[in-house]
Amino acid sequence: MITIIDYGLGNLGSIKNMLKRIGVKSEVTSSETKILKAKKIILPGVGAYDTAMRRLKELDLIKTLNKKALEDKIPIMGVCLGMQLLLESSEEGTEKGLGWIEGSCYKFKFKENTELKIPHMGWNFVFEKQSNSIIKNFENFKFYFVHSYHAKVKNENNKLLVAKYGYEFDCAVAKENIYGFQFHPEKSHKFGMQLFQNFAKI
Amino acid sequence: MALKRVIPTLLLKDSTLVKTIKFNKFQYVGDPANTVKIFNELEVDELCFLDITATNENREPNYKVLKEIAEESFMPLSYGGGIKSFEQVKSILNMGFEKVVINTSSLAQPGLIAKISSYFGSQSIIGSIDIKSNWFGKKVVHTNSGKVHTDITALDLAKKLEQEGVGEILITSIDKDGTWKGYDLDLIKEINDVVSVPIIANGGCGSIEDIRNVFSIKGVQAAGVGSMVVFQKQGMGVLINYPQKEIDNIRDA
Repeated sequence: MITIIDYGLGNLGSIKNMLKRIGVKSEVTSSETKILKAKKIILPGVGAYDTAMRRLKELDLIKTLNKKALEDKIPIMGVCLGMQLLLESSEEGTEKGLGWIEGSCYKFKFKENTELKIPHMGWNFVFEKQSNSIIKNFENFKFYFVHSYHAKVKNENNKLLVAKYGYEFDCAVAKENIYGFQFHPEKSHKFGMQLFQNFAKI
Repeated sequence: MALKRVIPTLLLKDSTLVKTIKFNKFQYVGDPANTVKIFNELEVDELCFLDITATNENREPNYKVLKEIAEESFMPLSYGGGIKSFEQVKSILNMGFEKVVINTSSLAQPGLIAKISSYFGSQSIIGSIDIKSNWFGKKVVHTNSGKVHTDITALDLAKKLEQEGVGEILITSIDKDGTWKGYDLDLIKEINDVVSVPIIANGGCGSIEDIRNVFSIKGVQAAGVGSMVVFQKQGMGVLINYPQKEIDNIRDA
């Protein structure tokens, strides 16, 4: 059973649908009691950094999430904005992130006269920086991205996957039981299914 | 770089899929949710659904069908047709669509695009322009699924859409729609020169060559395909298909 955190931001239905397709049970909840019992957590998210952190505070979920991530050490996966929240901060806002992984998020910056648009939207290939069971069987994998800010982790050993858009950026991060993915696996066909399958098996 | 996308643009007539020629002669194609299942298997980049009768019948988007589509789809989705209000947009995005497509309402509902863009972000909105040549050969914007002609030029509307905050512009040539004769490259180039938002070229695609040609225009980030992915060949029966390998060969990695 995977517990998907519902804090009013993001496309929870699509994640649930894909998990259902690969035969993994999931629940969508914002209940503290249920989250405390969770064996695996997905933290989704679409929208603004500050809005997301404030929602988590309003729902009084930060303490619970900290306990699950840092004490119980259950597998936790942040997706899209949910990944950015795992880091310490973002140029997008003033709120602090969850800070489980050292690093911050920065807006894409390109040289003038570039044809590159912001947000970065579309399919990109991803490249492995280190092996990890969560990205097992990833070969020529591409994912669907939509984002204007990108992660930059402090420690090289938290870097899992990178993608190129103007320059190389961290698109997947990991630290022990904590994983984060910038792209949308739930909208990335078999590539996303493989990722969720790997997460389910951890 | 993000890969250039090839997007099936699928036409809904309320609850069924159809395909048109020059925005007329509706031919039945199939059931939307089943078609999504096939496009999942074919690993399509993205799907665009356009309900071409909603506006003219003055009805709501068919939420029941949209829900079925969203539940089946493991790829990004956009929807257009009959959207007049912010509330409708909210419902559609909450269902699991990434983007909405605004055409008639870009002129009929001033301020709607700006509102959607500032609330959900520009990436959530595609401005759509349908263009047809008039008696004098001048290309002008049509709204209401081609039924209403305006005296606005495509260039002016494209600039307006960009200013109001769309994230992409879908350009459809009514003259080319369903003809398999290739995109209106001059039109696409002309519009691409005056805006910096990415362009989705649409109308007339009949072969991989056509896609290659339109991708050679810088700024064209995506190509809409219709007849080619729903019919076996021109004039032949329905066959949902997507030449993934050929597409991979012609786009930038």
